[in-house]
This record gives sequence, C-alpha cells and structure tokens, in this order.
Amino acid sequence: MRAFVVAVFAFLYLPIALVVLFSFNAGRHASEFTGFSVQWYGKALSNPFLIEALKNSLFIATTSALLAALCGTAAALGLARVGARTRAIFDALLGAAIVVPGVVIGISTLVALVQLFGVVNPFLASLWPNDQPPRLALGYGSIIAAHGLFSMALVAMIVGTRLGSLDRNLVEASSDLYATPLTTFRSIVLPQIMPAVIAGFLLAFTFSFDDFIVAFFVAGAQTTLPIYVFASIRRGVTPEIKAIATIVLVASVLLVVLAQWQLRQRKPSN
Amino acid sequence: MRRNVLRHNLLTALLLGPATAWLVVFLVLPFVAIAVFSVGERAPEGGYQAAFTLTQYANLPARATAFWNTMVLAPAGALACLLVAYPVAYYLALRAPERWRLILLALVVIPFWTSLLMRTYAWMYVLGGRGIPALLAYVGFDDVRLINTPGAVLLGIVYGYLPLMILPIYVSLERLDRRLLEASADLGATPISTFLGVTLRLSLPGVMTGFSLVMILLLGEYLIPTLLGGGKVFFIGNALVDLFLQSRNWPFGSAIAITLVLVSVVVLLVANRISTRLSGARRVDLI
Repeated sequence: MRAFVVAVFAFLYLPIALVVLFSFNAGRHASEFTGFSVQWYGKALSNPFLIEALKNSLFIATTSALLAALCGTAAALGLARVGARTRAIFDALLGAAIVVPGVVIGISTLVALVQLFGVVNPFLASLWPNDQPPRLALGYGSIIAAHGLFSMALVAMIVGTRLGSLDRNLVEASSDLYATPLTTFRSIVLPQIMPAVIAGFLLAFTFSFDDFIVAFFVAGAQTTLPIYVFASIRRGVTPEIKAIATIVLVASVLLVVLAQWQLRQRKPSN
Repeated sequence: MRRNVLRHNLLTALLLGPATAWLVVFLVLPFVAIAVFSVGERAPEGGYQAAFTLTQYANLPARATAFWNTMVLAPAGALACLLVAYPVAYYLALRAPERWRLILLALVVIPFWTSLLMRTYAWMYVLGGRGIPALLAYVGFDDVRLINTPGAVLLGIVYGYLPLMILPIYVSLERLDRRLLEASADLGATPISTFLGVTLRLSLPGVMTGFSLVMILLLGEYLIPTLLGGGKVFFIGNALVDLFLQSRNWPFGSAIAITLVLVSVVVLLVANRISTRLSGARRVDLI
C-alpha cells in the first residue's frame, strides 16, 4: 500500500516537476535537456502581451477576492442571525454557486449581461444625446463579478464553519461585562474568524487567478493570463509557456500553503 | 424593545444585502436567462429571437456524440479517480505516521489549487510526441500514439480531480471509530471482511460525496478534453464553447446548458439518496 501511495504522489508531482525542469532548458526542444538557462524567463517577462495578461489577471484576482472576502464574511455573519428557513435558502444558493459547472456559470452570465447591456446601453445613449455616451461592455467588471460569485460563496462557507465553532461563552461573557455589541465583535468575534477570512481571500485569489473557463466566456475583449496561455498552447507550444507556468505554479503553491497555514492557526488565547 | 428588533433586522439586512444582490444578479437571473433562451429560436444573424418552442430540446440528439462522450467518460473518470483515491485516503487516514499525516494531506490538496490549465499542459507535454512516445521509440516501440485519445483524457481526468476525491474519503475514514475495527477483529472477522463490513461501509458517504462532486465537475469539463483529446474526444463543454463563441447558436446552447444542470441535479440527488440510505442502514446495524 505504501508503494502505491508513493507512486500516486509521484504521479501527482512528476509532470509538474518536468515542466519546471524544462523551463530552465537552454535548448528550444523538450526532448533533451541541453543545459541550464533562464533565457525563457527573460523572453516571457519581455513579452508585452504576456505582461499585459498577467497584470489583468492580478488586478481581477485581487479585486474579486477582496470583494468576495468582504461580502462573503458579511454574509456568514448575517446568516448566523437569521431563521432556519432563510438560512436553508442561502445555503442552497451558495452551494449552487460552488457546484454549478464553470462552463454554465460562464455562458449564463454572458447571456444575461449581453441582454442587460442591450437594454441599458440605448437608454444611456438617450440620456447623452450629444456627447459620447458611456457604454457598458464585457470586460474587467464581468470577470470580477463572475469570479466573485464562486469566491464569495467559498468565503461564506469557510467563515461560516469557523463561526459555527466559535466559543459562545466568550461572546456572552463579553456582553455580561457590559461590552457594546461592536466592542464584542471587534475584540472577540473578529480575531477568531480572521484566519478563515484571510484563508478565504487567498483561496479566492488563487481561484480567480487560475480560472480559465468562466473568464473565457465573459472576458469580452480583455485577456487574462490563463486565456493567453491557452491561446499560446493551441497555437503551438512555445518554451516561454513553461517559464510562465513555473512562475504561476510556484505562486499558487505559496498562496495555498499560506491559506492552509492561516486556517490551522490556533485561536488566540487571551 | 421594538427599536432593538428593528435595529437587529436592519443590521442583518445590511450584512446579507451585498451577497443577496450578487447571488440574484449573477446566479439566479443568468439561470433564468438561459432557461428563457432555451425555449427561444436562433436569430438569422446568430443570437436569440423570442419564441416559445421546444425545438432546441428536440434538437439535442444533434450533439449526441458530445453527450455520449461525457456520459461515458465522466462516470468512468470518476470511477478511475475513486479506485486510485481510496487506497491513498485509507493510508493517510489509518496507516500514515501521525506527524506525516498533515504534510501528506497538504501535498494532496496543493495540486488541486494550482492551475488546472498548467497541470493539463504538463501532461500534454508528457504524452505528446516528445514525451513518453519519444522514450518508447528510443527502446524500439515506434509510432505509439498517446495524446488525443480517450485514454489520455481519462488520465488527465484522474490527474486533475484526484485530490477532490481523496479529501472527502479521507474525512469519512478519519472520523471512523477505531474501536469498531478492533471489535470486528476480536469477534473473529478476517481483515478482508472487517474492511468490507466496517471500513468500506462506513466510508461510503465520503465515497459518494467525492464521486458526485467529481462527476458533476466533469460534466462541465472543457480544458482536459480540449488539450488531451485534441479535436477527437469532445465533451458537452466543448459543444457549449462552440455554440456560444463560434457558431453563435445561443438558444440551442442554452438548451444544452439547462440539460447539463438537470443532469447534475439528478446526480446530486441520487448520490444524496444513496448516502442517506447507507447511513440509515449503518445506524440500524450498529445498534
């Protein structure tokens, strides 16, 4: 059994290790390692399209993860204050946001937004008869909203779980000692749920940064890093992709490790 | 008193407001939109024309190959995942040394949160002409084709979704009361019958969770069949990308998407049913 487990771990990590190894290959071809070089990293980082896609992805991931962390945490706090029926409805919706396949989220958001813009844009145009009217279109906003949907549900669930295991006695003790609700929240609840909020933020960031399929539908004219990488792979493999894959993999691993570490943080004593 | 209740409700509404708006605008309304589209007609220039017809649904067999591939390879992939995942979860939960457990568990989780695109790309590279086939040619097996086959897609599926299968099984095995295993052995059960009668049985809810989760995500998979199946092995996801982004037949695409969601719901309900029945039976057995 142990041998099998070792084999499975090898199966999980060897292909990734190969990509990382060959990202340092001096030669262009994958079949042999002809020497150590960081030239593909240089090529990748001096490719303006790639850098543009990377910047877009960073911006979208940061914004959607921040919004998701805020709204998701607020939702988890709110859900602790409502009745069982409201809670069940919310749980079902949040569960659906997580479980519905990305491809369906992508197309349904695309369809709904295109319809919405079709109504709103002529209306906006009628308000600005002379000037250039503002036009709503797919782009940053739609990607952030679609990513945020999944991420917010994820944060709400993680924070909700943490709230469920929160020591009620501390909250009661705090109000017995005449702390205002706000003080209780700031000094008791917030410190206890903070690791879950941060972990949720990091996972949300990773999800958004890595997502291809949702963004593929709602990106409009924008390009995110996964969309750029996908297009490059389809055009024929370029060695730069291995360099950028390595950077992305290392960054994702760091973020996930950080998130796991945050989730395992002991609740602060005192 | 009354003002306090009001304040309580107001704060609750403020806390839940943004999430509600988000869920309604970006989950519920889009779903309603594709439901409406799916009973509409394709406009001559592509896109949507209002109608109330079931033509799109009647037309589903036109994409029978995509449905067939998905309906065969998604359960097969989930099953293959399960067969690989179970021993790993078992080892992690019951056999691994205590101090290694969390580290090994983290090693299982990490790949799941790293880009599926990058990980699938890694296999494209391993299975492609310069990877394993080149090595095989070196030792005398020429012209071995690995990439762009159903086998490659299956491998990619196992690789991509293994962590998601291992986790729930691990959780159900980890909660398992070890005394039951001892009791079973004390009562003269062989290790195999202890495994089948106690361990496997009690971990079935975890197995069902993992299986249904992986299966549902596979129903909408696009990247793995595209990159590892070439143009040859395509899923419903590929049909949807084609209908929405290339041929712009939105009503037909919406009908397929709705069907996909319905199938997912059925999978979830069946899995839930099996889980409930199993855990119900478990309670009776234990008393």
